[in-house]
Amino acid sequence: MSMTLTEKILAKASGRTRVDAGETVWVNVDILMTHDVCGPPTIGIFKREFGDDARVWDKDKVVIIPDHYIFTNDKYANRNVDILRAFAAEQDLPHYYDVGTERYKGVCHVAMPEEGFTRPGDVLFGTDSHTCTAGAFGQFATGIGNTDAGFILGTGKLWVKVPETMKFIFEGEIPPYIMAKDLILQIIGDIGVDGGTYRAMEFAGDGVMRMDMEGRMTLANMVIEGGGKNGVIEPDEVTFDYVRKRTDYDFTPLYNDANPRYHSVRRYKSSELEPMVAKPHSPDNKATVTEVKGTRLTRAYIGSCTGGKLSDFEAAAKIIKGHQVGVETYVVPATTLVRDQLKTTYHDGETLWNIFVEAGAHMGEASCAACLGGPSDTFGRMQNEEICISTTNRNFPGRMGSKKAQVYLASPYTVAASAITGKITDPREYLPVETEDTDSQIRR
Amino acid sequence: MNKTIKGKAFVVGNDIDTDQIIPAEHLVYSLDDPEERRFYGRYSLSGVPEKQSGLPKGGIPFTEPDKFESEFKIIIAGKNFGCGSSREHAPFSIQVAGAEAVVATGYARIFYRNAVDGGFIIPYESHDDLLDHISTGDEVEIDGELNIIKNITTGKTFPLKKLGDVIDIVEAGGIFKYAAKHGMI
Repeated sequence: MSMTLTEKILAKASGRTRVDAGETVWVNVDILMTHDVCGPPTIGIFKREFGDDARVWDKDKVVIIPDHYIFTNDKYANRNVDILRAFAAEQDLPHYYDVGTERYKGVCHVAMPEEGFTRPGDVLFGTDSHTCTAGAFGQFATGIGNTDAGFILGTGKLWVKVPETMKFIFEGEIPPYIMAKDLILQIIGDIGVDGGTYRAMEFAGDGVMRMDMEGRMTLANMVIEGGGKNGVIEPDEVTFDYVRKRTDYDFTPLYNDANPRYHSVRRYKSSELEPMVAKPHSPDNKATVTEVKGTRLTRAYIGSCTGGKLSDFEAAAKIIKGHQVGVETYVVPATTLVRDQLKTTYHDGETLWNIFVEAGAHMGEASCAACLGGPSDTFGRMQNEEICISTTNRNFPGRMGSKKAQVYLASPYTVAASAITGKITDPREYLPVETEDTDSQIRR
Repeated sequence: MNKTIKGKAFVVGNDIDTDQIIPAEHLVYSLDDPEERRFYGRYSLSGVPEKQSGLPKGGIPFTEPDKFESEFKIIIAGKNFGCGSSREHAPFSIQVAGAEAVVATGYARIFYRNAVDGGFIIPYESHDDLLDHISTGDEVEIDGELNIIKNITTGKTFPLKKLGDVIDIVEAGGIFKYAAKHGMI
């Protein structure tokens, strides 16, 4: 019987010729990733269980990327980075990206692809729920807790229940005002925050396959907001090109067999998609921008693993250029590479960085920053009754720092247009109209 | 599973995410240091909006603001308990607060896994939504052998789902003890 892509990766990783959805298998882990919030307790568990002198199972397979609480004076948060540093030195780990050095990266889920750790056909576990982002590369990637991570550090193995796959197909070209974030907000709104629980969520169709890797990452990033175990997209030349430029690792891509058994298949016509938001306080609280347009805002936020990549800022800059922001707007590049690219990437003769600065936005350091609130001195953190529109992935009560705040999730296009007007705004009002002789005409 | 857990119930609703269970600003404390780890008990479930904290009345904190332990032993919840972040600090905080089990109609998978593999609390699933049948403060008892939960205050009994695949890990007390028992480590 034929298998899904996820089943095939798990079969390979467990040394089996086939696995079936629902069964529990022990897999060999290709990469374990951790960061400053969950790394220290993971290290504590590893030492408690395997001894103070224990060595990690394979130092080339351990990646430690501090990114959550970096630019803060919180003494406990700073201590957590010290613990990572000491462990990396003690274990002689080659893939540690220390704070305050040239190696510092920022948000792990964007740094992982940049550094070539997202490899088709492999198994990645990470102590962060958005580890599923790497499924965009045809990798099995999912989030785990500290205990499971401590277990992997010592053994290189973990048990996993083989998930069924829900398939989401986007037929036809995606309209120019629609971004990957609109697709995934639509899906989560349709299936609910637990609609994908225990399942893989696969994205397919020419609408998806025409996306670059960053768009695909946005899709896979938010499967956890639908309860999904992993997101997955079949690898293709776009994937291979991206990965080969960043690593010489010899990966083996895997694909769906012909006609595997899916839990369900859902089809969307790309041309019918609308710019979407998730209203407070849940990622599945969907509305079209048209339905909520005019809603008053006090803040806009562009950043995070799902909305702080170069292409997210290119999109936002395209809309913001030549305007002033009407509300406090925070711009947080996911990684130091993205930050550097903001200064070397031009739109209409100006760098993206300057476009945001001239529009009056506050520019932050590469990190997770206010996406998850964090210590009280975190850049962009909600402190009170803010009403924020954000390119991030979660709007749970209190998620961005204040229980009194309200957060709307939206695409970089929609967030940028809304930042200008101070109310939820349809990006089509600011995007160039595509005509035959010019693409710079602005429709108002 | 022959474990009996008895004590006061604390009731919350659907989709309680891990930011509500332990808000991210508190994730900085050591989980090992005896002084620091107590704060996980103090702030457990502190992110639940006030009106939804301790149903049906609301306005009841899981742990009193000046305490480190909760008076509640069993958490009753609706669907998708523990959704969101993978932070293991969430089931850990519930354990540090002194609770021993959660009974929900369903869980987000990472939370469920963390609760089981870390041996922090037992995540039982109920067939029925118990929000209509158990109030915060009711005295309840879980019988792990018969797979039932009894509301001692009202005298009503409700079935629980069997723990299924993970029962061996729950009985062993977590993934390390399970692996040691089976000669894996």
